[in-house]
Amino acid sequence: MDYEKLSLPNYNIPEDIQNAVAITTLDRLYNWGRRSSVWPLMFGLACCAIEMIAAQTARYDMARFGMEVMRPTPRQADMMLVSGTVTKKMLPAIIRLYNQMPEPKYVVAMGACASSGGPFKEGYNVVAGIDKFLPVDVYIPGCPPTPQALIAGMIKLQEKIDKESIKTVTWYNKEKVDGNYVPMPILGPDLIDVRRNAEIRDIAATKEGA
Amino acid sequence: MATALQTSTVDLAARFPNKAAADTRPGFTGFIVNKENLIEVATAVRDEFGYDLLTAVTAVDYIAENKMEVVYHAYKTTGGPGLTFKVQAERVDPIEVPSLINIWAGADFQEREAWDLYGIKFTGHPDLRRILMWEGYEGHPLRKDWKEPFFEEEVKPFKSRWPEGKHTFAEQKNPYRDNLNFPKDFDPENFVVEKEEDLYASLERHTTKDIEGNMKTDHIVVNMGPHHPSTHGVLRVAVTLDGETIIGLKPVMGYLHRNHDKIGERNTYLQNIPYTDRLDYFNSMSNNFGYVTTVEKLMKIPVAERAEYIRVIMAELSRVQNHLIFIGMLMNDLGTMYTPSLYAFEERELILDIFEAVSGARMMCNYYRFGGVVRDIPDDVLQKIKDLVLERIPAKTDEMERFLNENEILVARLKGIHVLNAEDAIKFSVTGPVLRASGVPYDIRRADPYSIYDRFDFDVAVRHNGDMMDNYLIRFDEIRQSLRILEQAIKQMPQGPINSQKPAYQVRVPAGEAYGRIESPKGELGFYLVSNGKPNPYRYHVRPASFVNLTAVETMCKGAKIADFVALLAMLDIVMGELDR
Ligand code: SF4
Repeated sequence: MDYEKLSLPNYNIPEDIQNAVAITTLDRLYNWGRRSSVWPLMFGLACCAIEMIAAQTARYDMARFGMEVMRPTPRQADMMLVSGTVTKKMLPAIIRLYNQMPEPKYVVAMGACASSGGPFKEGYNVVAGIDKFLPVDVYIPGCPPTPQALIAGMIKLQEKIDKESIKTVTWYNKEKVDGNYVPMPILGPDLIDVRRNAEIRDIAATKEGA
Repeated sequence: MATALQTSTVDLAARFPNKAAADTRPGFTGFIVNKENLIEVATAVRDEFGYDLLTAVTAVDYIAENKMEVVYHAYKTTGGPGLTFKVQAERVDPIEVPSLINIWAGADFQEREAWDLYGIKFTGHPDLRRILMWEGYEGHPLRKDWKEPFFEEEVKPFKSRWPEGKHTFAEQKNPYRDNLNFPKDFDPENFVVEKEEDLYASLERHTTKDIEGNMKTDHIVVNMGPHHPSTHGVLRVAVTLDGETIIGLKPVMGYLHRNHDKIGERNTYLQNIPYTDRLDYFNSMSNNFGYVTTVEKLMKIPVAERAEYIRVIMAELSRVQNHLIFIGMLMNDLGTMYTPSLYAFEERELILDIFEAVSGARMMCNYYRFGGVVRDIPDDVLQKIKDLVLERIPAKTDEMERFLNENEILVARLKGIHVLNAEDAIKFSVTGPVLRASGVPYDIRRADPYSIYDRFDFDVAVRHNGDMMDNYLIRFDEIRQSLRILEQAIKQMPQGPINSQKPAYQVRVPAGEAYGRIESPKGELGFYLVSNGKPNPYRYHVRPASFVNLTAVETMCKGAKIADFVALLAMLDIVMGELDR
């Protein structure tokens, strides 16, 4: 039986208990709970953060979708909204925050900068997209995305959550403890991604010049 | 148009023969001072000639002449044009220039920036560490012979993109397939990370002391940020605390350093306008204003009359909106989480609607052009502006004041806290509302008028105590004055063309230098440009208000409580995009 049918099994519930009993799947109930209380990490990086704040205010009001509880501590947050340019200097802090977030956790790249480096991609201190380090769930284009676009992106995230199943999500997988842990990059002569140490050493050895 | 770089009345060359000479390069002004005599001359500039406010310190790399130049711009807080003086040093490491920190304490961060990005050692600077990049970073990025990892060509438009448009990903050209570059034979496994010992050493020392007999107590070092809800972005401060009292404090920035200067020197003049939007992202309109006035100064072109008015209207609307947000954010930091700022954002949205109607974007307006603006104001938008300026905003400002000003908690948190006196404010090169709140009526719109500000009747808002309360109240005063200017500007605005030039992708900028500055809502926003006649600026430097204002922060909060420091950050009205650039 497919997922939709399971959720609406067409069971004949006796009339006298109809307003006391409803039948659905555990997945659906669980996802409904998750998607209706996505708590973003209160975390602003650059210009996009201002639009993120604007989206929280009366005119756009993200609270309508259950996403208004911004938490400054990563330990209470479900979703990291990377709202702005990720710089090399800032990256270790971002990774540390991400690692501190309890699972399930989602990452949304808001704006051109977080998605790809945006207008500042060529800069020497800019990371060309947070997806080089973190698994991004939703990308929101724009520079900055309007609050409407941000909300649309959030709804996309909710749709994604709707499709999850407790059986397959990584965070209940016993074999994959800490499956989402990202090793901390190091600030050396340039940003060192420790997962690529060997590669960096090899390329640096073949570099021309002094 | 009165320009800052016009003939200054002071002749340093006559006063200091053999020690200073007029800068005779075509298009350049000011004086070149001998390195050995810099301290002596600078002292005279301050004490004898009365240039008490050192606004901008920056460097230029003249690689062809094998010279590094440090450029200083000094002004008088009583108004009038400024004085530019420069010192040149041989471009051989170590490049050394005496530090002016003992004459103008405001040189502190700017000299550190020049050290970081140009590798100029300022001898006598007590705390010369990197400021925007991290300690241990390879090279000094703004030097002309330093290339970023995604380097493609010296200047834009890149041949790969225009006119053929065969763009390849920058990652494909870099050996590391990323925005990375390492020195030869670098081995990440045997590499020792540079600790931040210098930073902590620069803080007031830890001491163990005895309290009444034998209980030992110690100071603690706390790092606030870069992720902290009250630092307004990604600022970090390292603080030493004795209980709750701040003993030492150092701001650490660069977490949003997006390389405006380096990218700006590759861009054409026109391409830089949208980048200025992203400096102080609350006020893209005033950023545009500062940049185009500077380039116009270099190009020596007039601005269309109607456009002048449109520019002033947009810049003042931006100021109103900025100050409203300031009030909301200050309340947030004082603990009234969110309600007042919701009120502030409501008004801001209405102003953003106007920006969107004229420019197409809410925040990143990209609206000003050399010689004018890009689009005219439609009539219905003008009507909207009128309604806002004449009715809604004055009423809402009054309402905010009524709600907040006499609130007991607010007064208790603000009155008499963090006093900055006029003398210190000037010493630390503080500008904008923070300077005016400490009793110095210095507003560039009056002191050294640009654009058409000399045509309007308005008062320079000034308060005299320099405490947080005055800083808060002066924002209301400024909103009122801005509304006055807006009212007059709307009334006087003539019909006519909105640009004195033909639209062009490339502008011709004659060789020379220019320092243009405007009174942005946060203080003096300056742009220093050097042109060599090519389509791209040779040097593009932004002198941000937030960055320099932060110099005073250590002095201001020593001995205060850590909770008040949070409010102080709100009060300085910093914005990271501008601070780190
Ligand atoms: S995408 Fe644009 S608005 Fe967003 S952080 Fe980057 S530059 Fe700023």
